[in-house]
Amino acid sequence: MSLFDQRLSEVHNRLHHKDLSVSELVDASLKRIAETDGKIGAFLTLDEEGARKAASELDSSSGERGLLFGLPAGIKDNIVTEGLRTTCASRFLSNYDPIYDATVVEKLRSAQAVTVGKLNMDEFAMGGSNENSSYHPVRNPWDTTRVPGGSSGGSAASVAAGQVYFSLGSDTGGSIRQPAAYCGVVGLKPTYGLVSRFGLVAFASSLDQIGPITKNVEDAAFVLQAIAGHDGRDSTSANVDIPDYASALTGDVKGLRIAVPKEYFGEGIDPQVKERVLEALKTYESMGAVWEEVSLPHTEYAVATYYLLSSSEASSNLARFDGVRYGVRAEDPANLLDLYRRSRSEGFGPEVKRRIMLGTYALSSGYYDAYYKKAQQVRTLIKRDFDQVFEKYDVIVSPTAPTTAFRLGEQVDDPLTMYLNDICTIPASLAGVPAISIPCGLADGLPVGLQIMGKPFDEATVLRAAHAFEGRTEFHKLRPAL
Amino acid sequence: MSITVQDVEHVANLARLELTESEKERLAGQLSAILDYAEKLNELNTEGVEPTSHVLPLHNVMREDEARPSLPVEKALLNAPEEEDGQFKVPAVLE
Repeated sequence: MSLFDQRLSEVHNRLHHKDLSVSELVDASLKRIAETDGKIGAFLTLDEEGARKAASELDSSSGERGLLFGLPAGIKDNIVTEGLRTTCASRFLSNYDPIYDATVVEKLRSAQAVTVGKLNMDEFAMGGSNENSSYHPVRNPWDTTRVPGGSSGGSAASVAAGQVYFSLGSDTGGSIRQPAAYCGVVGLKPTYGLVSRFGLVAFASSLDQIGPITKNVEDAAFVLQAIAGHDGRDSTSANVDIPDYASALTGDVKGLRIAVPKEYFGEGIDPQVKERVLEALKTYESMGAVWEEVSLPHTEYAVATYYLLSSSEASSNLARFDGVRYGVRAEDPANLLDLYRRSRSEGFGPEVKRRIMLGTYALSSGYYDAYYKKAQQVRTLIKRDFDQVFEKYDVIVSPTAPTTAFRLGEQVDDPLTMYLNDICTIPASLAGVPAISIPCGLADGLPVGLQIMGKPFDEATVLRAAHAFEGRTEFHKLRPAL
Repeated sequence: MSITVQDVEHVANLARLELTESEKERLAGQLSAILDYAEKLNELNTEGVEPTSHVLPLHNVMREDEARPSLPVEKALLNAPEEEDGQFKVPAVLE
């Protein structure tokens, strides 16, 4: 059994009894990366020296230990790390060394986790397959001819491959949950505003959230505990009390009211995915939870709403990449306008250009009301669907994605089909509610994800429901034969 | 919604992007298809529905107007493609 298959409490116990050192843990992580990353391509930048130094400092430290003491972690490459290359998997930022740490990076450090490197992703987090990385695609550890999902593909694949103990991803329309589902790991998108985004390179500001990817629900609760909380440097950070998430993991779901939205089982869902989710509901029944079918009637409008809003926000956010203050500047510009145009055109890949174009069009004079404002209004209707269901139910359960991981190259030429893969994850993003994906079995040897969505800031119930399922099943212990 | 190559050129100019002829043609087709799909939203009557720009009940967030430490100039310029006298350097804006 890999070191990283042991529960956090076991690892900490061994560290405490000097049966294991942080340096040994970090060496194990670096060794596993060296052995496997040629096959999966999860990392863009490794920080071996920094990780080893941090490990030896922790080994010689005394005093109270942090919540994530000694655990090797990978960070998605759109979260800035001081002095450590951060590219967002874009050529534009191929030379960018941030001058500060994101709040979540500071928080991981104060929890005494060890950052081993930066993880591959779809360029600027735009994509659902990781094929939009400007460097190299990530491959699914379960089947290297298949995609790991995206945009946090490197974050999910590295945890699934046992390269790191946990990772951080970001989720705008499903970018933590969908790759977690495809790679058979746990991925949590917290409520909008729970985790500070200071230092997260912005894609769609009304949707972006940072969250953990782990091997089990308990670890997700610990990582969330370490990164959640108000931050004065992010004006959209919510000032709410943070509960003790680990104490919510009681294993008890007796009387839990589960809503199952029929719209998530419609056209395009793989029959085996549906079967695994229905089996999961039976497991919940056997534990005393009750489930009923409900309707979230505006689900079919979510994908169009999301692509208009997120692309509009992206077109505005990505205006900062102009070749003036950082990033790659085009050579010998004729004038300032030429500098902007050529730096951006040479630096951005096709999907990023497509979204900037879509967003710029939707915000342009004469179209704003028809597209952007209309989408914001439909977003209200989608959010109301959730509010109504949560009046009667504690959680909403669905598949995380309609299918299992598809093959590399299968969908690259058809952006619209690719966008429709996000149908199950986008609504929770638009509503801003927390949602987790946990493993619920295999279909033809590939992992299937179960999505559990909760009320705003009720991560505790989402984690409790997920943890109880995990306690009854062995799916989270399945590992790819990489 | 049919997006022409001329529309693409107009939007690319607004977005400060320079596209090749083949990129323009491909984008005209892809944007048309995506916007056709987005037409779906017009099936819904949204008259009187408040737009959601943000799911949190947050409005203007204020803080005390107190000076705080800021980045030293040398650090702020670490990633500058070109600099001069402690400033980011760009091609002449005025002739």
